[in-house]
Parts: sequence; structure tokens; C-alpha cells
Amino acid sequence: MGKINDILSPFTAWKHLVNQPVTIKKPLTRQASDRYRGFHKNDIEACIGCGTCEEICQNAAIDMVPVDGIGTKNGDSGLRPRIDYGRCCWCALCVDICTTNSLTMSNEYTWVDNDPEVFRFVPGAENKPWDQKEQGWKKPGSGYELYEPERVNMEELPPEERDHSFIEIVKGYSHEQALLEADRCVGCGICVATCPAHMGIPQYIQAIRNNDLEEGLRILYETNPLPEICGRICTHKCEEVCSIGHHGDPISIRWLKRYIADQIPENEYKKILETENLVKNDHKVAIIGAGPSGLSAAYYLALMGYSCTIFEKLSEPGGMMRFGIPEYRLPYDQLDKDIDYIRSLGVEIRCNTAVGKDITLEELHEQFDAVYTGTGLHDGRSTRIPGTDHKKVYQAADLLRDITLGKEVPVEKRIVVIGGGNVAMDITRSMARLQKQKYGEVGIIATSLESEHEMPADREEVVEAREENAQVIPGWGPVEIEINEGKLTGLHVVKCTAVFDADRRFNPQFDETIKDFFPGDMVIESIGQGMNLSYITGKTREEMKMDHRGRIEVNRDFQTSIPWFFAGGDIIQGPDVIHGIANGHKAATGIDRFIRQWAVGS
Amino acid sequence: MSKKFFSWNEDRSLYPPAKPDGTIDIDLSSHKYLKIWHGPQHPGITGNMSLELTLLGDEVMACETHVGYLHRGFEKLMERRKYIQCFPIVCRVAVPEPDFNEYCFASATEELAGIEIPEAAKWLRTLVLEMARLQSYLMWVGGQAGAFGQGIIGQWTLYCRDLVLDRFEELTGGRIYHMYIIPGGVRGLLPDGFRERMEETLRIIERFMKDVHSVMFNNSVFKKRSVGMGVIEPEWINRFGIVGPNARAAGVPMDVRKDDPYLKYPELDFEPVTGTDSDIYTRADVRRRDLLLSVDLIRQIMVKIPDSGEIRAKTPNVLHWKIPAGETYSRAECTRGEFGYYMVSDGSEYPRRVNVRGPSYTHAVSLLEKMIINVNIADVAGLMVSLHTYPPEIER
Repeated sequence: MGKINDILSPFTAWKHLVNQPVTIKKPLTRQASDRYRGFHKNDIEACIGCGTCEEICQNAAIDMVPVDGIGTKNGDSGLRPRIDYGRCCWCALCVDICTTNSLTMSNEYTWVDNDPEVFRFVPGAENKPWDQKEQGWKKPGSGYELYEPERVNMEELPPEERDHSFIEIVKGYSHEQALLEADRCVGCGICVATCPAHMGIPQYIQAIRNNDLEEGLRILYETNPLPEICGRICTHKCEEVCSIGHHGDPISIRWLKRYIADQIPENEYKKILETENLVKNDHKVAIIGAGPSGLSAAYYLALMGYSCTIFEKLSEPGGMMRFGIPEYRLPYDQLDKDIDYIRSLGVEIRCNTAVGKDITLEELHEQFDAVYTGTGLHDGRSTRIPGTDHKKVYQAADLLRDITLGKEVPVEKRIVVIGGGNVAMDITRSMARLQKQKYGEVGIIATSLESEHEMPADREEVVEAREENAQVIPGWGPVEIEINEGKLTGLHVVKCTAVFDADRRFNPQFDETIKDFFPGDMVIESIGQGMNLSYITGKTREEMKMDHRGRIEVNRDFQTSIPWFFAGGDIIQGPDVIHGIANGHKAATGIDRFIRQWAVGS
Repeated sequence: MSKKFFSWNEDRSLYPPAKPDGTIDIDLSSHKYLKIWHGPQHPGITGNMSLELTLLGDEVMACETHVGYLHRGFEKLMERRKYIQCFPIVCRVAVPEPDFNEYCFASATEELAGIEIPEAAKWLRTLVLEMARLQSYLMWVGGQAGAFGQGIIGQWTLYCRDLVLDRFEELTGGRIYHMYIIPGGVRGLLPDGFRERMEETLRIIERFMKDVHSVMFNNSVFKKRSVGMGVIEPEWINRFGIVGPNARAAGVPMDVRKDDPYLKYPELDFEPVTGTDSDIYTRADVRRRDLLLSVDLIRQIMVKIPDSGEIRAKTPNVLHWKIPAGETYSRAECTRGEFGYYMVSDGSEYPRRVNVRGPSYTHAVSLLEKMIINVNIADVAGLMVSLHTYPPEIER
């Protein structure tokens, strides 16, 4: 030990006497780093109130609360996160999992107040000095994801295999794919509010994750008795609002529903759904139309013990699901699976029985305690342009029905379809298949008023139609069908500049100077369908209240102004399958309430 | 006792005499003894624990350690939280060294889930763990010096530690609780200009550590109080489960970074720092050199660390991440030795059991109770700091 050195060496500390102090004189003005996890900010307009931040918070520091000026709307719960800084641990997992990337953090970290209540606040809704600060924690990039934003790809038949046949295109998820897809769901439930039937979507997706498909089926049937059908052709409004869809692909809710239904054979349904011993009551309900809303009403009424009889005009049940939607989207055996199960509960379906012709509404009223109608929209509308009275001008709905019925359908070499909705795509693709079968090549043009991004048809329908060599040419208004010496030769069109006016009302504007001509040997109109209520006659018709658009007026139970008469489906709401199912379900509870009141009262 | 603690101060009282088996009889009714509580609020105690001392004159005759002032029940809390929700709370297990908790928890989770993290994440984790070691040692130097009455050392090293915390803030977004090593990877790449600022920080630390060396280690006062004091016998090491610098100062080169290499340590060039005398001075010196080794390792890491790349492996959705059933033990070398997480999963979304193995339990409870006998009351704080214990990890 160098003892002298040990005594002298400590004095070297004195050299620090001449150094500047290292402490920060004004700590409150110190800027935190760019990534600092400071006070929360929330872009209150971008936030949809999905509550995933609340879900991940390990210390329950976040509550979703209503905020002034933010209402509940489609795809938005109307709630916003309120953060309790007495509980927050500043981990920023809420920021990392935020589905809309609206929740971030500033790098501000000093906040002095003598009222402890203010430290529980709604970021974004209460103006804070740090709201405009750029710096602060944001969701890291570089492959950092707390959930998978990309959808599991759904396998489909390639165009060359499907363009000449009506085999189902979408193959459905395998077990592994379904698990992966179900795993992406954050379970926020925004979809539940949007779904017309309010299906328990997060719950059945959870059932898939838990490998409990029987529970999944039970959840499906709570609100939807046609899962095989909805799992294929639902308009999936749920996916449009899916919170994951804000920065990624929405969950394939429709395909997951199909997965559950596909995995369970129909003969197990009764056991799983505990419908083997339904208790019957003495009441009878008549249902007009075996479409989605009629079937749905019949199913829920049957569960409640009512004897239901469905009167169907056509030869087979299913309505538009069978006679409007082509087989390549919804195979008939899957349709039959759902319908057969409903039949097995004692629901009688009388086909080839048109109400108003074979049996009158008054007779139904006499024989049954209540009547529900869901006759849908089957009568094609015409553009009424010159030439539409030619025999080679057809209605899409009629042709689709004939294809299903197996009738001989006129197929010309060149076809022009007017319309840009899903029905237009259905007829375009169906006719393209028939052309391919008959001529070996496709020569079909679908034209719509709406421009490419305005077209009401589902995006994948348009894409797939083009893959099958059908031409989809949006943005043209039909003017005249050219007829030369009694022979149809094509369709004259002019450029459509706008379909809707500033109030989003249908009011198409045309530029007459830009013209085009689509040659064709036949024209198919598909611009929407109307209802046919001719079976409502006499006193019933006179007493029935209609709204200004000519629709039947109904209350929340889908009861018309005539107490025993209920109506739902496309003639009231929609048009689509899921609205029909939801209407039928609500009407069933309404009919139940009506009959019980009436039975007690009499 | 087999060996006297004070080799250079023969006139110190050594009573009452110990019996041949090393125990002593204390007769409290003799009125010769005094019981005092050292802690939990005593500044010489490392954290919130207390020592119940029985004194005779100014010498400790017996000691009972009391913990529990900081019990937060984290291990139990984790059983009621999803894996991702455990992530923000594990860092709080050992307050001054959150990153080793984060790493052990994350790697145990990944091992059970069978996930391999990306290359960049491995480097960033190694960097963060070395930075954590550096800042923890800097705080310890101040504590060790302060316990022996040298206040200025703590002011210097805590300034240096603050600079490291600044770097932490830039990289991780937090100064104390970094919450950076997340199961599956890390939460950010190096920010722009980080290398230059890190290098400047390291240079300042080296400059101050030179001063610390001359003022603290080449100081006759410090030497008088620490040399030959608080010797850990090599044969105690396995008996008490002594790890880290406490064992290395006794000549046992025990270092998880070498013994069971993890992350990017196999690609770094270093040898565990060891000492021979196993007294307070040697342990302090081993830690000082280990601190400088950390500085060197950070320089090596900064050369090799990538600036871009994936930072987190693909995992299932964290909100319902089920970890396959199994158990594992994941460990890392913290400043005080082996730090480990024993994790059991029953295949659900929640851990069935997480047990934290911190080195402080053996060092601050059983070892301290043995070593403290016959130590002067004025040296108790210095002895305790020389074991470098953090009570929060004893209680979890």
C-alpha cells in the first residue's frame, strides 16, 4: 500500500472546484426526449371508441366514457378513453395497441394542480397544452405489431377453373387458417352494433379460438338461423366498421362464421342447440315468403312453440337466396342445410302456393293467429329508355330465377348489362359462364352510372368479374337501345359526370358530348327491383298505412297498422339477407308479444 | 468465528466470546445489551428493509433482518394478468435494475412459446442490459462511498447515472422503468445520433471514474474501513448461494454472461472480473472494474448493432396470447449476480406461476445475518452496501 499516495490522492477532488456545476438549474424547462412516454393525446375524431386501450391496460387506468359532442354512430361507440393518472403506469401499451392510431403520448411530463380530480381526464376532449406537441411516444414501426394486421388469405378457385362452371369459388378456411384469423380479433364489439342482427361476433370468434365450435354454433343461432348462408353471401357491414380495418385488413367475420357452420354436420344441430324437445303451444302463425326474413321469423317462433306455416310462391324455399344469388356464391346444398334444419323443428313450408292466388290473405287471417310477410323485391325495374320493350331486353331477376330453375336461358354472343350493383355482377358473371359454356368465350359488358369507386357492388365482385373476362365499364348512362330492322344491336351511352347531388340524393348528371356505344345482341337491365304487394287486397289494403315512399309502415316490432299483420325483410329494410334475418327475429318476438296479449285479453 | 474481521486493528473488543460452534449467548436481562432498529428509513440501508440489531457497546452481537415493507405481491398479480399485462409490472420488481426483469420475463415467455426474436432485437436487448448494469453500478458506487462518509463520490456518479438515464430516455421512452424489452422483441430502434451521444456519455463516465479511483479507492480512510472487513469465505459461496461480484471478489469467476451465454454476449470479447481478497475493498474494486467492462462492452455493442431491421417477432394477438403449457427458468447476469425468472404455464392466457429469483434474498438476509456479527455499528451500512442488495426484489 502506497500510504503517502493514499493520503494525497483524494485531494485531486479539489480540481472540481473550478468546474461548472453539472446540475440542471431549471429542471421544469427541460425537454424530454422525442420518444418520451409523457401525457396522453387522443385524436378524438379518429378514435372510434373501440376500447382496446381499456382492454390491455393492466391496472384499469382507462375507462371508456361518453363525451360531449361525440355521438354513437355506425362504427363508433361514442365513448372515448378517460385516463386516471393515479393508476396509469406509463407503459404505453394503450398506444401500441390502438387500432386507429389515434391515441399517442406527448413528451410533456410536468402538470401541477391542487385538485386531484383533474388528473383523471379524457385526452383530446379536454384542451391540454400538450395536445399540439409533435414529440412523444408513438406506435413503433419496424415490424412491431401487437396483433396481426393482415388477413389470412382466403383461397379461391382460379379464374380459368371457375369461369365456365357454377362450382363454389370460395374454398373456406381450414382449421389452422381459421385459428389464425380468429386470433387477430381484438374483441372490441364495434361490429355487433353495426350488424343488423347484432350477432355476438366477438363471442363466436372467441369460440373458434377456444376450439369450441359447438358453443360457436349456439352463439350463431342466438341471432341468426341461416349461418351457412350468411357465412357466404352476407353483405358483411360488420367488416366495414371492424376496428382492425382502420390500419390493416378487417377480420374476415363472414368467413369465420362460415367456418363454424361448415364444420358441424346438420344432424348434430338439434343436439347442440338443444332443440330436440321443443314445447308446442296452440297458436299458429302464417308466414308469406320463404326468404331469409320469413325463415328467420319461422325459426324463432318455432323455438317459442308456435306452429308456423310458410307459404312460398316458387317451387322451392329460399327466396332471393336461391333464385337471386348464383350457385357459385351460394351452393344449393348449403342453402338446404340451413333450411332443412328449420324445417326439422316442425316449420311447414308450402311451396307453389301463392298468397293472393292460391289462398287469400283473409283466409290466412281466419286460420292463423298472426301473419308475417317477407315477400321481398322480385320485380325488376326498367330504365324505360327507348328500346326496352324489345324482346331481347331482359330483367336480371327473371334470368337469375330461370337459371336456378334450370330453364332454358337465352344466351347471345354479345351481352350488355345495365347496372352496377351486386345483382348486376351476379347476372354478368352468370351469363359469362353460360357464354363460356356455349361459345367458348366471354363477350359481356356491364356498365353502370356510378364511377369505379362509387359502384354499389362489392369490390371483390367487380374484381372477380373482370378476372372472368367480363368487362365492367363504370361511369356511363344508358340513352337508347339501338334496334336495326327489329334486331337489337347495342346500347348507346353518354358519360355520367355525377350520380348524386350535394345532398347525396340520386340525381345523375350527364355530359351529352361524350358518347359511346356498346354493341350487343341482348341487353339485361339490373338497376334494382321493386316489390309486389298485390296480394294485400280489400279492407286490409285500405287500412294499411304506407309511408311516403310507398313502403308499409311498421313499428319496432315490425307490426303494421293492422295488429295481426307483421312485415319485414327487403320490403321494409335492406335490401340484403342480414336485415331480413334481423327483421324476422324482431318480428317473431313482436308476434309472440301480440299473441300473448291477445290470448290473455280474449 | 473462523477468521477475525479486522486484521489491522487488534484493540477492537471482541466480546462476548463466541462458543466453539460460533454462536453466542445473549442475556438481555444483564442490561449490557442494547436493541436498535437500523432502518427501514435509515439512509445507510439499501432500500426498504430493516435490521434489528443487538448491540454490546458499539458492536453488533446479533442481527435479525426484517423485510416486507415493500411487498407488492407482483408474483401473485401476474397470475391474474395476461402475459402482455405482466410486461409493464415486471420492471418494478427490482427498481434500480428493471431491464433484467424485463429480459428474463420476456425470454421465459418466448422460450415457452417457441419464439425466436429478430437479430436487431437481440442486439438492442444486449445494449439495454449493459446500460442497465452501468447505471446500477454508478448508483452503487455513490452508495458505497456514502456509507463510509464520502458524499462527493455519490454526487459525481449520480450525475453520470443521469446521463445514462438520458440515453435510456432517448432509446426506450422512459428513464427508470423502461418497459422496452417486450415479449417478442423490443420497442424501438436506435434514435438518430444515439451513437455519438452514447460515446460522449461513456467518455464522461470514464473521466469521473478516474476521479472516483483516486478519491475513493486510493484513499487511506476508505482503505482503513474496508480492507479486511466483511470477508466472504470461498466455501460459503455454494452454501449461501452467493453469486455475481460477491462471488467473483472471492476468486470464483461466476458470470452468467460467460457460463450460460445469452443474447449477443458470445459475440462480445470480455472476461469476468475477479478479485482475491473477498473483503469490502475487493468487492468494491471488482464492481468498479466491472463497471468499466460495461463501458467497454457498450462500445463493442455500438460497433456491431444494426440501425434497422425487424424489432419484434410475429406473435399471436397479445390480447389472447396463450402460452403452451410448460415450465422454464430464464436467467441473466445482473449487477449483483444471477437474476432469474422461473415460469410455469398451464397453456392458458395467464401465467400459472412466476417466481423471481433475485440475488438479494441470499445476500441481504442469510448472508448478512452471518457477516454482521461483531461488526462495529458504524460499519453496518458499509457492509450492507458492499453486498449490493436491492430489497424490492427480495419481496417482489
